[in-house]
Amino acid sequence: MSEIVSHQPRGLSLHRINAMVLRYWYLLMSSWPRLLELVYWPALQIITWGFLQNYISQASGFFAKAGGTLIGAVILWDILFRGQLGFSISFLEEMWARNLGNLMMSPLKPIEFLLSLMIMSIIRLAIGVIPMTLMALFFFGFNFYAIGLPLIVFFCNLIFTSWSVGVFASGLVLRNGLGAESIVWTLMFAVMPLACIYYPVEVLPVWLQYVAWTLPPTYVFEGMRALLIDHVFRADLMIWSLALNAVLFAASFAIFLALLQSAKRNGSLLSGGE
Amino acid sequence: MPRWLNYGHMQQSKTDQGAPATSQGLAADQGGSAAIDVARLVKVYKTTRAVDGISFRIARGSITGLLGGNGAGKTTTIAMIMGLVLPTSGTVEVLGAKIPDQRYDVLGRMNFESPYVDMPMRLTVRQNLTIFGRLYAVKHLRDRIDQLAADLDLTDFLDRANGKLSAGQKTRVALAKALINEPDLLLLDEPTASLDPDTADWVRQHLETYRKARNATILLASHNMLEVERLCDRVIIMKRGKIEDDDSPERIMARYNRDTLEEVFLDVARGRVREEAP
Repeated sequence: MSEIVSHQPRGLSLHRINAMVLRYWYLLMSSWPRLLELVYWPALQIITWGFLQNYISQASGFFAKAGGTLIGAVILWDILFRGQLGFSISFLEEMWARNLGNLMMSPLKPIEFLLSLMIMSIIRLAIGVIPMTLMALFFFGFNFYAIGLPLIVFFCNLIFTSWSVGVFASGLVLRNGLGAESIVWTLMFAVMPLACIYYPVEVLPVWLQYVAWTLPPTYVFEGMRALLIDHVFRADLMIWSLALNAVLFAASFAIFLALLQSAKRNGSLLSGGE
Repeated sequence: MPRWLNYGHMQQSKTDQGAPATSQGLAADQGGSAAIDVARLVKVYKTTRAVDGISFRIARGSITGLLGGNGAGKTTTIAMIMGLVLPTSGTVEVLGAKIPDQRYDVLGRMNFESPYVDMPMRLTVRQNLTIFGRLYAVKHLRDRIDQLAADLDLTDFLDRANGKLSAGQKTRVALAKALINEPDLLLLDEPTASLDPDTADWVRQHLETYRKARNATILLASHNMLEVERLCDRVIIMKRGKIEDDDSPERIMARYNRDTLEEVFLDVARGRVREEAP
């Protein structure tokens, strides 16, 4: 080996993960539209739903009692949705830049690549969601951080789900090229009606409730309502969510590796087009 | 059937047995294990046999050209050597490591440049080289980037976005990325495509200097016959996934009774036999 190259560990390398995070950080900082976009949609969301919450809380005794349920749901949904987008968009940046071949030929391992995408999803999420929570506080008097410690559990469960969906969607794009890009933008919306973000699970038909309970976010949104309406922290729901997330995460990673192998068999790693 | 008429097939069967393809390849391989050892390699995409049972060994410190028309199987062959495409059958060894199973053992000693990939456009040249330098764990990275910038005449636009460079400048940046880790093995797919003759000549000169300085192995796929004639110790001509010929440029030209590789290429591409050649 050349003497200018340091010895590289056989396992995970923080050095390489750090290099990839730096790559996405450079990209983010080089483009103000990218930064603006991170804040723009969450801000619009919170304003729209905040006013709706204000309106219906005046008209409905239930919503007056369950103050912030809608706004809380909007913020948690954004963590789920933007967490996945933050992951997947960083991945898509490589496809758009036709840089994937360079990365795949470097010593960067798939797991290191995925870990760097996860770190970037948290950074992108923080840029978008922190201003959103501050707007909720100043404009609508809803202090998201007053949820306290349960907020950390909600966040962890939602971000794990978002990464699982992100890993799966990225694998599909890797295998099928940019023709499959729309999956990245729309896949999480398939979860939306069943995760019962804005309404309790009992609203669904009984057979659909079984399906809803297979999704980790359903437990988080039920847990949020229990906390905001009944002031009870449902640890059982969070444990279920975490367990399902572990299964989902392992499955999505295995599927990603299988799709990567399939892309290598298919020869689509170097093309990456439609 | 005259011997020359079946030359490609005879060559194929010789190499299929794992023997070095040519006298030159044989001589060059005697010093130790080959940099690249490809045996009975096949790649089938659905119904197309992109690579059809090729075998060759490439000696360390040599420059080998992979020639062939569009669809000959050059890019697929290089992609299989890199481990980016999985073979349908056959084996590839690179710097002693089995590809793809042991590719992470040697990826740090390899690098590549291809028209099928780009460097991120919004990042500056320095940022791009910093990232790849870190991925390859290059020591004293700042010094290495400065050195590459001086060698490849990049110093004036190190802080310019890659997307704002001319085609020639981008190629030099891609070459800087390919050399960032001082690779023992450099795989180049059309390294001078879309370059003006002056820049292309400049790139060739640099590759030659690098090979000599580092005793590096270079495998390049090219349509540019002049480039191959000038740079390569050995030429492998591919057609429809098979090896048609494999020898030094001089011997191949002599065998086809031609003055340039371009004429040989046209003979091979158009299926002309040597009897028909002047």
